Amino acid sequence: MTEPAKDRAKTGTTARQLAYLAPILVFVVMSGYFLWGLDPGRNPRELPSVMIDKPAPEFTAGPLAGIAVPGLATADLRTGQVSLVNVFASWCIPCRAEHPLLMDLARREEVSIFGLNYKNKPEEARAWLEELGNPYTRIGTDENGRIGIDWGVTGVPETFVIDGSGHIRYRHWGPIDKDALERTILPLIEELRG
Amino acid sequence: MRPGLAAILIGLLAFAFASAPAGAVNPDEILDDPVLEERARDLSAGLRCLVCQNQSIDSSNAELARDLRLLVRERLVKGDSDDEIRAYVVARYGDFVLLRPPLKPETYFLWFGPVLILALGALGVAFYLRRRPAAAVGGPKPLDQGERARLARLLDDKDGSAPKS
Repeated sequence: MTEPAKDRAKTGTTARQLAYLAPILVFVVMSGYFLWGLDPGRNPRELPSVMIDKPAPEFTAGPLAGIAVPGLATADLRTGQVSLVNVFASWCIPCRAEHPLLMDLARREEVSIFGLNYKNKPEEARAWLEELGNPYTRIGTDENGRIGIDWGVTGVPETFVIDGSGHIRYRHWGPIDKDALERTILPLIEELRG
Repeated sequence: MRPGLAAILIGLLAFAFASAPAGAVNPDEILDDPVLEERARDLSAGLRCLVCQNQSIDSSNAELARDLRLLVRERLVKGDSDDEIRAYVVARYGDFVLLRPPLKPETYFLWFGPVLILALGALGVAFYLRRRPAAAVGGPKPLDQGERARLARLLDDKDGSAPKS
């Protein structure tokens, strides 16, 4: 056998060996996708927010009638302080689940918590806050859900972390739980403050 | 066909056709201008309801879908173009809100992936077919003398009894 022929034979075998590896490769890639799809921690309904790292939308939400808490506007988010904007409603059951955590956070006074009362009758929102306590230092009302749309809200509750310059840094979809608060939200607040 | 049965059938058909295109649009949402309303319906049919996720806002009964339908109509009345309205919604909810994904570098694989996979498959088949004749070129080996003789015997064997050899 001449030298070039030998080389050709060699590359031929390598190519064939690689061809045998191809199905395994395809299998591994597909298994990866299946694992991702089956992950119980993944909520397929949760969409990534496109508002991240963008300035909070311009809005002015009037105060909740009959309660001594001021309303909420974009300017309130640009005070140089990190803040949370929590979209809530009295008719929203998961809001009730996350409420004690917000109360707890409010008591610690580490971060200002603002509420956006989404499509709620004022008297019902008031009754809800009277029953469960008010963690918010400002509450804006969004009667027709238009402000919610500007924030890209798809459901209640949602919670946004806003940095001092009024940019949205994080959005938590669904009720906040202890895990999300301690592992994600609080460290992020700490980081934004630093 | 008895007249009663015919009436029932016609009634059922009328019901089926009447209920099909109605969607979730409530009468109070419909615009007075039929041209704008038509555009609103077209736009709404292409926007995803973020609550149900596999329905357009035109056919979804979710609250948010209704809010978005009203928003679309409001902007149409204000004189926005279809593209402007789509851009407005995408700016808030991302490309996912479009039921027809836009063609851009991030979605090239989505749009061209199937063609690519088809091409790879065709390539594989082409290689396979090109290699196969090479093996078949010699064809089956011609029969040798002994085999030919046996074949002749078998063909001559008209009574169907088993060959002796």
